[in-house]
Amino acid sequence: MAVQEQAVSHVDRIAARTPRNLSRRARGLSDRSVAWLFIAPTITLLLAINIFPLLWAIRLSFTNYKSNLANLPIRFVGLANYSDILTDADIWHGMQVTARFVLSSIALQVALGFGLALLINRGFRSHGFWTTVILLPMMLSPAVVGNFWTLLLQPQIGPFNYVIGFLLSVSPQSFSMIGDVTLAPWTIVLVDSWMWTPYVMLICLAGLRSIPDYIYEAAEVDRASQWRQFWSITLPMVLPFLMLAVLFRAIEAFKMFDLVNLLTSGGPGSTTELASITLKREAFEKWRTGYSSAFAIILFVTVFGAANIYVKALNRVKRR
Amino acid sequence: MNWHKKLLVAAFAPTLALLAGTGSAQAEDKSLTLCWAAWDPANALVELGKDFTKQTGIQMKYEFVPWTSYADRFINELNSHSKLCDLIIGDSQWIGGSAENGHYIKLNDFFDKEKISMNDFMEATVVGYSEWPKNTPNYWALPAMADAVGWTYRRDWFAKPELRAEFKQKYGRELEPPKTWDELLEVAKFFTGKEIDGKKVYGSYIYTERGSEGITMGVTNALYPYGFQYDDPKHPYHMDEFVNSPGAVKGLEVYKELYKCCQPPGLTNAYMQEGLDAFKSGQVAMQMNWFAFFPGLYKDPNVGGDKIGFFINPAGPAGQFSQLGGQGISVVAYSDKKDDALKYIKWFAQPAVQQKWWELGGYSAAKSVVQAPGFPASQPFAPAFLQTMGFVKDFWAEPLYVDLLLDMQKRVHDYVVADQGTAQQALDMLVKDWKKVFADEGKNTE
Repeated sequence: MAVQEQAVSHVDRIAARTPRNLSRRARGLSDRSVAWLFIAPTITLLLAINIFPLLWAIRLSFTNYKSNLANLPIRFVGLANYSDILTDADIWHGMQVTARFVLSSIALQVALGFGLALLINRGFRSHGFWTTVILLPMMLSPAVVGNFWTLLLQPQIGPFNYVIGFLLSVSPQSFSMIGDVTLAPWTIVLVDSWMWTPYVMLICLAGLRSIPDYIYEAAEVDRASQWRQFWSITLPMVLPFLMLAVLFRAIEAFKMFDLVNLLTSGGPGSTTELASITLKREAFEKWRTGYSSAFAIILFVTVFGAANIYVKALNRVKRR
Repeated sequence: MNWHKKLLVAAFAPTLALLAGTGSAQAEDKSLTLCWAAWDPANALVELGKDFTKQTGIQMKYEFVPWTSYADRFINELNSHSKLCDLIIGDSQWIGGSAENGHYIKLNDFFDKEKISMNDFMEATVVGYSEWPKNTPNYWALPAMADAVGWTYRRDWFAKPELRAEFKQKYGRELEPPKTWDELLEVAKFFTGKEIDGKKVYGSYIYTERGSEGITMGVTNALYPYGFQYDDPKHPYHMDEFVNSPGAVKGLEVYKELYKCCQPPGLTNAYMQEGLDAFKSGQVAMQMNWFAFFPGLYKDPNVGGDKIGFFINPAGPAGQFSQLGGQGISVVAYSDKKDDALKYIKWFAQPAVQQKWWELGGYSAAKSVVQAPGFPASQPFAPAFLQTMGFVKDFWAEPLYVDLLLDMQKRVHDYVVADQGTAQQALDMLVKDWKKVFADEGKNTE
């Protein structure tokens, strides 16, 4: 009681030192107002960095604005930029390349990531060490990964060609992973998967570890086989996590730029020219700001729409 | 003063004192910032710049950026009206855009006042690095670094008796640096696959870089000698039958043939540094590269000295031409130190400074240097350089040159490296791309 009285009087002393005009204003604030006050900086930042640029880009997409010629009058061109983009064969080619890359890399990363998660989840000896080793590629900077994979894939000096040549009994210099039209797209998928499979593995591992043991024990009591347990328990319960990993990786893969730029610059020819490479060239080399804003909005709408449909499906799976 | 205010004063007072001190210190030290690409000639310029500082007391600071980011970085600085650069050694292709967008100051009045005559510099460098519009007396830069594409070869390999005998038997002539593109193909194919010094070697290295300007800067050395022209000399911007002429198609096919037969594997996206690495590591018998790198190659302990030789870009049926490189030095319009920057330009234009520039490893464009009697003997690559500067051609220097360059990068790389379509199709599509660019600029292409 005495302690409480001491605490109250201490609070009173501090309150008494609050300037009168401030204390009058503070007394009038509701809890809701205080809550808004606390999140106001975050909301302001969100509006300034995300919402305003989006609205500005939408505005610019209807103009002929070029940011290297900022002094020229800006002309409203209506839907001309959108029409140019949607009728440009090179743009469609880039979108196809991007779609193939996204689908291939997701499929590979999910297969490998889930497999690794199942393996790690068995809890073999030194699994902690191996988990750390597997996570290392994810911790590297994409610039570093791009540069050293370029060296690794060199036909004359790179170990990759040497190993493949040894296994398949072909000359290491007889093929070029980043210089061949057929192999280059798969090389990008390979490098991206090397870097981001650990990410999928982590999410799947979290899902696997969230499955209560008693479910498996009950299944064993019912003499369910390993395959039955995997199909009826593991997969359905891990599916939401798997779908989340697919969503995150798909969004990242769709906007992937740095690895492709370093490995192939979109080549050979335009074989690996992803939409992000085209966008960068239009926006920051040709300075066609209005045109590239329209392209960015089209990409945004595509990703947003696809993500929305996918999230609805994810929610349905979670509710099951 | 309550303790809050005392704390604030204690926190900010040192900062304010530092800022005041810095400001006054800056007012006392004069300095200029020069922006360029990070390569050997830039190091030579730093050395040369010490003389300027000794004479004027103006400290020289430098902002050097690797070639891979050079255009992106500095065009960005210019577009954003940055005050970072007082002087800039910008690429020759930037001259049109920089002049029309007000990034550089016009130097005519300054040249007249200081009696700096453009007749004192090689014509090709004045047209290529200084003038906009081209072939008009409107100067936006002083020619600073003369450059063009040339070739190096392994003189020691060419001198091997067994190889000379084999070559003579096969082709009926001596194994010498090629004078025509047909000879270049023969020599390159001859060396490809041979084992020399215990290693398999390849005939030639040519540019194939996709991202910036590499393959364009390489392929033009084959296109020009076969008759490629950017437009009709009588009707500017009329490109049909000039860009995609039968000769141009043949030139493009020859470049692809050289790439397919004789380029070391893996060099499908290779520009300057990869060429130097391929040559220095003994992978190739001949290398295409800018003259700017030849001083360093000559000094290389493994392939320099007696082992290296230099030759000019081979001729074709339509004549002998080489791709112009090089840069001019300009005063940035947004600089607050234009007067000091002009002092640098005046100092750099002096014949004695130009001579020292050449001696340190830069490539002077001054006639007083290149036409001096002793110039051909001054360096082993000097004769080839002098000859080449007499037949250089440059890419478009229009304000929209980037659009034109990226279009050519795509079409040429698609055909040469990615095996898409034919040479005729590639050049036909290039004409279509370029017409669209010029139409956006309001130029008549018919």
